[in-house]
Parts: sequence; C-alpha cells; structure tokens
Amino acid sequence: MKILVCLSCVPDTTSKINFKDNDKFFDEQGVQFVINPNDEFGLTRAIWLKEKIGATVDVLHVGEASADPTLRKALAIGADKAIRIDTPATDAFVVADQISDFIQSNPYNLIIAGRESIDYNGSMVPGMIAANCDLAFVNNCVKLEIDGSSASCTREMDGGMEVLSADLPLIIGSQKGLVEETDLRIPNMRGIMQARQKPFEVVPAKESSPKTAISSFEKPAPKAAVKLVPADNIDQLIDLLQNEAKVL
Amino acid sequence: MSILLFAESQQGKLKKGSYELCSYGFALAQQQNTSLTIVTINCEETDQLAQYGASKLINLKAKVGYFEANTYASALVDIAKSEQSKIIVISSSADAKYMGGILAGKLQAGYVTNVVELPSTSEPLTVKHSVFSNKAFANTTLTGKIHIIGLANNVLEETTQSSSTTVEQQDTQVAIKCTQSSVEQIQGKATIADADVVVSGGRGLKGPENWGLIEDLADVLGAATACSKPVSDMGWRPHSEHVGQTGKPVATNLYIAVGISGAIQHIAGVNASKVKVVINTDPEAPFFKAADYGIVGDAFEVLPKLTEKLKARS
Ligand SMILES: Cc1cc2nc3c(=O)[nH]c(=O)nc-3n(C[C@H](O)[C@H](O)[C@H](O)COP(=O)(O)OP(=O)(O)OC[C@H]3O[C@@H](n4cnc5c(N)ncnc54)[C@H](O)[C@@H]3O)c2cc1C
Repeated sequence: MKILVCLSCVPDTTSKINFKDNDKFFDEQGVQFVINPNDEFGLTRAIWLKEKIGATVDVLHVGEASADPTLRKALAIGADKAIRIDTPATDAFVVADQISDFIQSNPYNLIIAGRESIDYNGSMVPGMIAANCDLAFVNNCVKLEIDGSSASCTREMDGGMEVLSADLPLIIGSQKGLVEETDLRIPNMRGIMQARQKPFEVVPAKESSPKTAISSFEKPAPKAAVKLVPADNIDQLIDLLQNEAKVL
Repeated sequence: MSILLFAESQQGKLKKGSYELCSYGFALAQQQNTSLTIVTINCEETDQLAQYGASKLINLKAKVGYFEANTYASALVDIAKSEQSKIIVISSSADAKYMGGILAGKLQAGYVTNVVELPSTSEPLTVKHSVFSNKAFANTTLTGKIHIIGLANNVLEETTQSSSTTVEQQDTQVAIKCTQSSVEQIQGKATIADADVVVSGGRGLKGPENWGLIEDLADVLGAATACSKPVSDMGWRPHSEHVGQTGKPVATNLYIAVGISGAIQHIAGVNASKVKVVINTDPEAPFFKAADYGIVGDAFEVLPKLTEKLKARS
C-alpha cells in the first residue's frame, strides 16, 4: 500500500501572532514552525499502518525551502520519502491544485491531510483534492482501518460519530483520535541519521492561479478586564449573567 | 445570478444555525442587489424557511438517508449551475466544512471559511474571517469566478422578512462515495456545536468521578459539556468533548470554564464564544485575562451552590 501524507508547516501553537508592513503580511520573526498538529496525527497513523500492515509513507509539502526541516522531521520519525512542490502556497486552491496534479501522475492508495491547519484554519484542502481527483473522502476522521482494497473510517460529526466505508483510493481529513497524543513520536538520533539517507525530492510546480488573496490582517479589539465576583456571592454572578450579559 | 444558500437539516429537522445563515443570505443578497435561493436537502421543515426573504426555496429529495458529502456537493453544483450563481453561502458546521472543500473543487471556486461579517467591498468581493485560531482576522478578496462564503457560527442576529416563499420539491441524483454503516448521534441533549451554553471542565476537577458537578450544572442550563485536552487525553472524558485549538471549536453564547488554567491553545478554540465565565482557585490563572466574569474559588464549593441557585430560579 502506498500512503501520501500532506504536511502543512505552521507556527507553533504558543506563537504570538503579529503582522508587518501595514498589517499586510504575517510576521514570521521569532516564530517557530512545526508540523500542523492535525497532519501529525495523520502522519503517525500512516507510520503505524506501515509497521502493522506494510506500506510506504511519502510526505508532501507545497511551499518553499523554509519547510525542509519540518519534512526532515517527518522522515526522522518514519516516513520513507519527502517531496516538496516548489512554489509559494498562495492559497488553499493552489495547494490543492498542486497536490492533485502530483497524485494524478503518482497514484496512492491512501492520502492523508489534516482536517484544518492551525494558521489559516481554512479546512478545505482535503475536500478540494477529493473533488479534483474524484476520490472518496472522509473528514474529521478519528479511526481508520484498512482491509484489502477498502477502508472503514469513523467520522466525528457535530454531536455524534458515524462509521463510513469506502473503497481505496481514499483521502481522509485527519485529527486527534486517529492516534492518541501519547503515540506521537519524537525523532531520535538513529531516526535523524537515517533521514539523511532517505530520498528528498524537490519538484517544480505546475501553473496554477489562486482564487483568493489576503489584503490585510487585523487583531481583535482588546478585551475589557474580567469582572470578579466573590466566591460567596453566587447571586451576583447570576444577576450579571442574566441582566448585564443577557445570556441566561 | 441569485445567491445560493445551503440550509442544513439533520434527520429532516433544520439545524439551529440555518436561521442565522438564512438571515445572512438575505442581507448579502440585498447588498449585492440580487435575489436569494435557499436549498435544503431531505428537509421536512422547509416551510420554516419561508420568512427569510428568498425568491426561491428548493427542497431536494436525495435517495440517501445520511449526510453523504459527495452527493450533497454534487446536488449543489447542479443547482449552482442552473441558477448561474456566482456566490454560494454555507455554514461552518462540521458537515458544511466536510462538503465545502468538495464543492469548491467541483466548481473551481474560491472559498473562505469562518467569515464573520457581510463583505466589506463587492467588486471585488472582500470578506473578513477569523484566522490563527481566533487570534486575528484576515480580509480576503475573492478573485475567482465563483465564490463560496462559509459563515462562522453565532456571529449575527436572526432577522425574518414579512413576505413568504413557496417551496419547490425536486428530485436529485445520488453520487455516493462513502457508505454509512453505523451512526451514534447524541439524542435530546445539546451538542457543543449548537448549544447556547457550554460547561467545560479541566484538570482542576481532579478526576472523572467528579464530573457529576459539571453535568449537574450543564443540566440546569440545558448546556453541552466539554473538557480541556489533558482531561480527554487521560481518558476522564471522551475525545469528542475536547475543545480548543486541536479539539472542537466553541462559539457559544456562554462558555463556563471550571478548573481550566486557560492555556493559549485552549483559549484559541473557545474565544469565539460571546461571554466567558471562569471558575478557578488560582487568581493568577491566565484564563481570567480572557474572561468576562470570574470567580476565584474552589470548584467543589462553587459548582454545587451555582447549580442549586440556578435550579431554584427556574
Ligand atoms: C500542540 C498543542 C495543542 C494543544 N491543544 C489544546 C487544546 O485544543 N485544548 C486544550 O484544552 N489544551 C490544549 N493543549 C494543552 C494546553 O497547553 C494545556 O496543557 C491544557 O489546556 C491544560 O488543561 P487544564 O487547564 O485542564 O489543566 P491545568 O493547566 O493543569 O489547569 C488546571 C487548573 O485548575 C485549577 N484548579 C485546581 N484545583 C481547582 C479547584 N478545586 N477548583 C477550581 N480550579 C482548580 C488550577 O488553578 C489550574 O488553573 C495543547 C497543547 C499543545 C502543546
């Protein structure tokens, strides 16, 4: 089985978010970039499948060379090959377009992409790939079992779960649940050494034009200070919630 | 050329967010000087949408009993083509986000999720949406031929119109890619996605045996229950209750956080809620900085009293 994991490279969850040049661009200064958490859960499941049922795991990133250390980390924790499509990731449409084009000439049985990246929170790349390549797609996937040429996936819905079955090739939108937090891997020395020997391809991008363009960023308005209510005056809290905030 | 809006239903019943979405759709149609077409699929309550100013209200019958994303997206593509719609409006529910990417791919459309307002400019269309997990907003211009707007949850008031729209029933083809083999749906209880109030517990509650305190408070408020990430990682509560940056997003009217310190990743996922109440023994807990109201106190003393007083009130 051939698995492709699409990786996005995002600011670490503790990053302070700032903008520069009149709030036109995200300020990367001092920001540490990591594998998008939802993608990492998917990658870890892919490596688990490789070890349990046998598979090759390729990781793919659309973007510039600044993401190479993140791809090397993926190799160090068990991926077999890294591919970077060399073009700025202008918007979700372009990213999905590039990945779709790659998949069409390099078929995979299973494609994994995070349900959402924690930077632009778009939640759209896996669905777009599914449409472009006419693949079955399960989003918010929290359980995945492969049996021959078909897959059984559990999808987390608003207020419930459903089990869906689909034939391979399949694309899933990954998130926590697919593996547990404690299953996530930290690269060890051996893995890091091995990663140096693994194939790392930088491939040219096809022509693709974005459908959206960010013109500026804004920060939310600063918040008023919290109103503290003494622990022995619950009535006051209820009164505030009812008459001031009007939420009861 | 009309604006196409997809109003979601579940087991035939309209989802709560559909009314807000339709209100947005009408305001958008007015702003863009065009008409609004509302589409539902397998909905049994379409008449409830008659007051939202749509010039057309289409209920599609699809021969599939569950939300099958590919079938739903294909059906909307057909309608978008026949209506020659340039703008499509969907919600930010898990189902809508599941389908939205497929829809955008099929229509080769530009798509923006978590949109919080009406467009600020029309030619070209510019929308404001939340990014960086609620830490910022971006103003994004849609530069393609067809645009999809994914409206964030709980961002505007519902408004109805006096005129009423008649419902057209149409059949639609199925294009099933995934077959549902089983489903478990919370019945008769509020869910994190559509509850007006969410009561959330953290590590400060010490163990799963104490969750009765959270559930009792949630019961009197008709609230959904949620938890911080470590609480679900330790197995005190199911993963489906984990909220935050890597869990479910929360955008409710009232979010009550009990024994949760307010780590940046937790706040990122719940900050879109309108009013936040924090109960924590530690006056230095970072959550107080993001809260509207707070009690510095012990959850084990505060919660039973709060629950009791609310019960007495109702
Ligand atoms: C990549 C990444 C992603 C993450 N994503 C998320 C996420 O999506 N959601 C999330 O929640 N976390 C997330 N986290 C974890 C986050 O950093 C915190 O560790 C977590 O939110 C802390 O949970 P907590 O507040 O329940 O526990 P703690 O931080 O341990 O806080 C417990 C709080 O309870 C208070 N307390 C103790 N006893 C009582 C009492 N008797 N009454 C009242 N209060 C009491 C304490 O004062 C303390 O403030 C993420 C972390 C990382 C690294």
